[in-house]
Amino acid sequence: MKFLKQPWQRRHLVETFMKFIMRVSLVFVAGALGLISWIVVVRGLPALSWSMITQIPKGGYYMGKEGGILNAIIGSLYLATGGTFLAMLFSVPIALYLKTYLGDSKWGHYVRLSLDMLWGIPSIVYGAFGFTLMIAFGLRASLLAGIIILALIELPIMARAMDEVIRRMPADLEHAALALGSTKFEVALRVVIRQMLPGITTAILLGFGRGIGDAASVLFTAGYTDRIVTSLMRPTASLPLAVFFQLGSPYPEVQQRGYAAALILTIIVLAVSFGARWLSARLNKYTVK
Amino acid sequence: MDTHIQAKNLNVYYGKQQALKDINIEIPKNQITVIMGPSGCGKTTLLKTFNRFFELTENTQLTGEVLVDGQNIYNADVDVTEVRKVVGLLAQRPSPLPMSIYENVAYGMNIHRMKKDRREYKDAVKHYLEIAGLWEEVEKRLHDPATSLSIGQQQRLCLARGLAVEPEIILGDEPTSALDPISSQNIESRLLDLKQQYTTVIVTHTLRQAKRLADYVIYMYLGEVVEAGPAREVFTNPQNKRTKQYLEGLF
Repeated sequence: MKFLKQPWQRRHLVETFMKFIMRVSLVFVAGALGLISWIVVVRGLPALSWSMITQIPKGGYYMGKEGGILNAIIGSLYLATGGTFLAMLFSVPIALYLKTYLGDSKWGHYVRLSLDMLWGIPSIVYGAFGFTLMIAFGLRASLLAGIIILALIELPIMARAMDEVIRRMPADLEHAALALGSTKFEVALRVVIRQMLPGITTAILLGFGRGIGDAASVLFTAGYTDRIVTSLMRPTASLPLAVFFQLGSPYPEVQQRGYAAALILTIIVLAVSFGARWLSARLNKYTVK
Repeated sequence: MDTHIQAKNLNVYYGKQQALKDINIEIPKNQITVIMGPSGCGKTTLLKTFNRFFELTENTQLTGEVLVDGQNIYNADVDVTEVRKVVGLLAQRPSPLPMSIYENVAYGMNIHRMKKDRREYKDAVKHYLEIAGLWEEVEKRLHDPATSLSIGQQQRLCLARGLAVEPEIILGDEPTSALDPISSQNIESRLLDLKQQYTTVIVTHTLRQAKRLADYVIYMYLGEVVEAGPAREVFTNPQNKRTKQYLEGLF
């Protein structure tokens, strides 16, 4: 027989081994995700009630066992939506400029390098930076300050993620538009954005996810309060901090409420992800594959 | 002969490598000119100097002049978008824009603000789809994605899209090489229909296509123009030995 299997041959052994390693890594990652979800659900679900999502805390956010966390839900939605919107206003032009005018030039390289560095800075540093600025300008902790600092955190993430997507734009498409006498800007606005919309949506989601989950930066800049925020100039509660404060409480009932808050946060992120994916699939109709 | 495009002492370099060597040619108006030659001879590069497309490749250099209607398109005060409006390009593979069939044809008219209202755009889109011989096939699905068309239909869409900006010159970079024989024939007959109104320059590596289309022929070899002249003369009585060998299929 000429074609007999030879599983003990070196190259086949290498493949089997490598496949094993890949599978183990996959199991680790999936396992970690599963475990986190499991803990959040098991510990949070019993405390999750209608009043949790419709009422504000009674008896203080640190000790209180009654009421809900509506203040934090609304605060977080405002903070993350505002921050994401603000970051989008800046990151879309940055990504388009990188692609259209800087390309792979020296300056493009520097801009990407600085965005990557910003991406890696811990959020507590952003928080401290925001706090210093607020002191300098004599501002109090407020929703607006929180939105601005979240926008700063999200901006490099969104700009770089979009940049990576937009760089993969097929050159043929660009050339087709240029051949009709488009300016580079018209290509960017009318062709690149349309073609890359699914990727741009993913980048925005990435930013939103980071923004809504961040505790350290809003701790310094947005503060915390038991009331529902009604003005940009007032401090606001947020879900990550609700989790943080309640888990730090000595009472098991309050700790359980912390897990419930984490569960709510997870559900919001999941809902926004699915919503955006559904939207981008619909906008995706004309994309050239 | 009425000259539409003229290259004068044209040299093009990719980095240190010289792709075109001292090209001097004249391309006649409202005829089909075919540029032929073995692969790597610079025929596509020459074509791409006519709409300033070769400069999209990084690290290129050009000396000499390319005159369209007597005007050097490489002068510092020339607006490249205006050049590309007058000199249209039909690419090797059709690349529809990420839009509907209708929007693809309207795109160019739109960026150049060529029409006043919806009605005018609609009429123009229909007109150019008819010229490209695509109207009857897409009439009922104008708002479908352009990518839903077959590749042959896509190439005719690209032709309609290019004609819609009212160019005077059509460049074709092996415009049928990605198509099946029937679609190729379709594109070829469109080009023949249009040659009274447009100056057409086609790059091809198939000799038979050159013979079917050409009024005027440019034969290139290793970055140089070896022979240029009216198709009948070049095909029946080539002056240069290399042209003769190429026509006989020796390489």
